[in-house]
Parts: sequence; structure tokens; C-alpha cells
Amino acid sequence: MNTANLAAHPPLTGTSGIDFTQAMAFIWREAEMLDRHDYSPWLALWTEDGRYIIPIDQDETADPLNSLNIAYDDAEMRKARVKRLRSGFAMSSAPAARTARTVSRFVVVGDSEDGLDIRAVQHIVEYKFDRTRILAGEVLYRLVCGTDGLALARKEIRLLNSDDPLWGIGYLL
Amino acid sequence: MTETLPSRDYASLVQDDRVHTSLYRDPAIFDDEMDRIFKNTWVWVGHASEVPGPNTFKTSYVGRQPVILTRDKDDRFHVLLNRCRHRAATVCERRKGKGNVFVCPYHGWSYNIDGKLRAVPHASVYDDSFNKDDFALESLRVEQYNGMIFATFRQDIEPLVEFLGAATKWIDLFMKQGAGFGVKTLGEHQFRFRGNWKIQLENTTDAYHFPIVHKTFLDSLDAETENVFDVLGQGGWVEDLGNGHSLMVMIPDLVDLEANLDAPIPDRFAELASELAAEGHSDAMVRKIVRAVGGTGFNLNLFPNVACSMAFFRVLRPISVEETEIRHVAIGMDGGPEAGNRARLRLHEHFQGPMGFGSPDDAEGWERVQRGAQAGDNLWIMVNRGIDPLVGHIAGSNVTDVSAETGMRAAYQMWKRMMVA
Repeated sequence: MNTANLAAHPPLTGTSGIDFTQAMAFIWREAEMLDRHDYSPWLALWTEDGRYIIPIDQDETADPLNSLNIAYDDAEMRKARVKRLRSGFAMSSAPAARTARTVSRFVVVGDSEDGLDIRAVQHIVEYKFDRTRILAGEVLYRLVCGTDGLALARKEIRLLNSDDPLWGIGYLL
Repeated sequence: MTETLPSRDYASLVQDDRVHTSLYRDPAIFDDEMDRIFKNTWVWVGHASEVPGPNTFKTSYVGRQPVILTRDKDDRFHVLLNRCRHRAATVCERRKGKGNVFVCPYHGWSYNIDGKLRAVPHASVYDDSFNKDDFALESLRVEQYNGMIFATFRQDIEPLVEFLGAATKWIDLFMKQGAGFGVKTLGEHQFRFRGNWKIQLENTTDAYHFPIVHKTFLDSLDAETENVFDVLGQGGWVEDLGNGHSLMVMIPDLVDLEANLDAPIPDRFAELASELAAEGHSDAMVRKIVRAVGGTGFNLNLFPNVACSMAFFRVLRPISVEETEIRHVAIGMDGGPEAGNRARLRLHEHFQGPMGFGSPDDAEGWERVQRGAQAGDNLWIMVNRGIDPLVGHIAGSNVTDVSAETGMRAAYQMWKRMMVA
């Protein structure tokens, strides 16, 4: 998929300049990259100041910046994380669990000059060492029109059980 | 399972330099551990800052038993079994909160925060012999040291401070991370692994695994910090502190966070130092805070379930013979500058938790131990590394190499003492 062509598609509504179909296609493409551990193009999807956040706190009003999170990544941490996952030296990622994820129930919750905000539901099924497990929750995306097409300015994964014991996760949500 | 040893001859299953694999996989041994260890000594239940004021509480566990840690209006701590005295329902399912009464959701029995039975609906149907004083929530003995709260089912064992013994000095050093403001918890990562609890207990004083398992963490650091985390190369040591407790110093320079305050501020904290200076903190205070934010250079392992591990509390909870729950509790300055606590949160997230650069590899390693321990009918777990004390070491004559398995031997000797008794 060429995101530049999608971005060139005339916007249907809103001031973000991004239409719903474009946004869903972008999100699905991103999900596929993560299932396939296609991490280099994934890094390129982000704006320079984008944040990848997996909060622990179930309170949506809590500020992740001043809270303990499962992940709170700026560009540098995302890059370091990808380097680690691909290194072959991290036991939990060599091999990583196999994953298959679906993202659905898309709802537009904001459409402004700051970008298009989408709230969706994600189900990830992972398999490793005779064990199949599920990670489910909401995902909040902020998409913006970059110079080369759509870009991710923020992705916040709110797991149903973020404040309960999880396990070592050797891939990206 | 074919064993040539009697399966529960604890004196034989733990030797000076090895322990039998059945300690990881025999459910009957696990049941004995829950009785003879977890119901028989001081078990960590929380930090004082988790019950920060009058009428606050948090839920926790002592061994397999769910408890509520409470602080009453007079600032006294209580540890209560989380079980209604009527028909056993849990009276509290909140992780933490504020309030002065627990109401059982089943028939409405209500309890004060100190465990006393307050009221029973339709009490007149009970006969005259019914006395509310007989039905308080079961209460454990509770004591604290420097903010760390422990409980025990035993009324007759030594006071907590005696049980901790030589470890108290290291708890005091650990709490210097409060930079004089005091220490408070900032949240926690929780994860479970499919493996015996003692695999994690061993790991806290296992420097030997660090450069191998945590290579990708080390690779993610700047050169200056990577040198700091060269844990095998700085003259550190491991020490048996008695009662199963042990100490592993990996970075001797970071034992006392109030020393060496004139040293140059590491590059990775330069931005934090400027931010603190801009907020008006004196140069001396900036240095003290920055050094505290970086964390200590040692792991203090307290038998059986908690460690003061460099910059956080590491708490284990045995679930079954082959499943364990781990909490990595982040700590920071209580009332200290937000910028400093933010830096600590990001440092904690970097290594710890389900998606940290360290914990998932630890958890996977521990699962691999449990999987491998299914092999062999009469094999042993070897803890024979670094038995001889170091000669002429700055820390004294009773210390061993930083990568020695001295801490594991200390824990297993305590295990044996308690299991045989």
C-alpha cells in the first residue's frame, strides 16, 4: 500500500484532512506490520515527536507522563526497542511469540487540525511454548497528515488487564 | 517421578553446594513450604506509602492467604485475613483505597478498619451466646522497619528487626533514594511466570546472568551508563547476611547515595540537573537528588519474598509449585521534585515490567529453568559458584565474588532450617 496515494485522496469530512477509510487502511497496515515483525517500516510510520504508550492505570484521566506505564516510548525508545526485538539476543524475542491481531470497532473521537483521533478495539492472540494467550483492549490512535502521507502521532494501548499480572511480552502491541 | 532420595527428606535435599530438583517440582514440598516458611516467618505485605494516611488500606497476600493491610485512624498498621468470619467471602476486592469500614457483600457483616466486627444485619435471630467480639477479622502480627511492612502468623517469633538483623543497615542505605524527602511507591509492574518461586528468589543475587540475559538492555544504554552497568567488573561482592538474607553489591560506587556528591553528574542526568537547578534547587540539592534518582548499586534479598533491588522493591508470591507472581514496585521521592520522579518512572519502565528491556528475558529464563527441570530423575541444581571468600577485599573477610552463588546458598540454608524444624 502506498500511504502517499491514500493521503492524496480527497478528505471526506473534518479539518484533519484524513478520511475514515484512509485511517482504517493505515491502522490495518500497521497491525499487519507488527504481526509480521516488520519493524523498520513501522518505525517510519511515526512523527518525530510521536508517543507509543501502554498505560497501567485504568483511569483514563491519569497522565501517563507522570505515571508508571508498561511502555512510554518516544522516538529514541521506539528505535531502541526495535533494535532489541530484532537483535536475536533477547531470550523473550528469540523467537518471539507468534501473533495474529484484529483491530475493529473504529470510532472517530476527534477530528481537528491536530489530527484524526480514532478509538478502536484490538484483540491479539499470541502463541509460544505450547501456550496460546489473548491480550485485548482499546487502542487510541492519533493520525496526522505528514509530508509523505499519514503518520502516527500517538498510539495508546489500554489493555483490559493492564493493572493485573501480565507476562513477558516479546513483541509490540 | 523416580527419586533415589526420600522425596521429602529436607536435610538431604539441600546440601551445601546443591539443591535437589524436586524443590522446583514436587507439589507436596510446595505445600510444606507454605506451612513451614510462609506461615512461620515475617512476610512482606507492603510499603507504608501504600497506606498513606488514616483509614487507608491495600490488599496483599501472606503465602497463599489473601490479606488486607490497613492503617487505622491512630496510624497503627493491621494485617487482616480477607475473609468474612460468617461464611468466608472476601470483604475487600479493591487493590487499595480509603475508608473505615469493610462490608461483606454476601450478608452485610461490617468490620472496622482494625478488623473488629461492627454490625450484623438482623442480629436478633442469633441466640444470646452470639458475641461480636468473637468474630473480628483474623489479625496477624505486624511490624515495620523503615517503611517496609511485614506480617506473620506467629506471635512467638523474634521481633522483625532481629529477623532482619544485618540487613537493616542495607535497608537504610536503600532508602537514601528518597533524597531526604522519604520514599514512596510510584506504581508497580506485575507479571507471572510458569516456574517455582525459588527460581526468582535465586535470581535477585545472581550477577552471573546479568551480562548474558540482559545484553540487549546493556546495548540500549549510552557508553557511560553501560560502563556503570558492567556489574561483574567493578569489584563488587556477595555476602550472606544471616536468616536467609543476602546482599549483592554490583556497583560499589553506588552503595551510599549521600557519598561522592562532588563527582561529575553523568551525561544522562544533565537535562534533569538543569531542570532541577531552574526550579531553584541549590547545587548541593541538585546533586543529591540526581544521585538518588539514579538508584543504588546493590540488591538486598530478604528471605522469603521481597528484595530491595537497586531502585525498586521486588516482591514474589508463590501461586503453585510451578507458578509465581512478581511485582516490581517503583519508588521515588515522597514530595520531592516531579522531574526527579518522572525520570525514575522512565528508568523503571526501561528495564522492568512485561515489556521492559530486562524483565521479559528474566521471566523467559525462569520458565526455561522450570521446563528443563522436568528432565532427569535425580539431578541437582548447582549453587557451588564462588564458595571461597575473597582475600583482602575492602568489604571484609566474609565476602565472595560478585558472581558467586552465595546468596542462593544462604537462602537454601534458611529454607532447610525452616523445613526440617
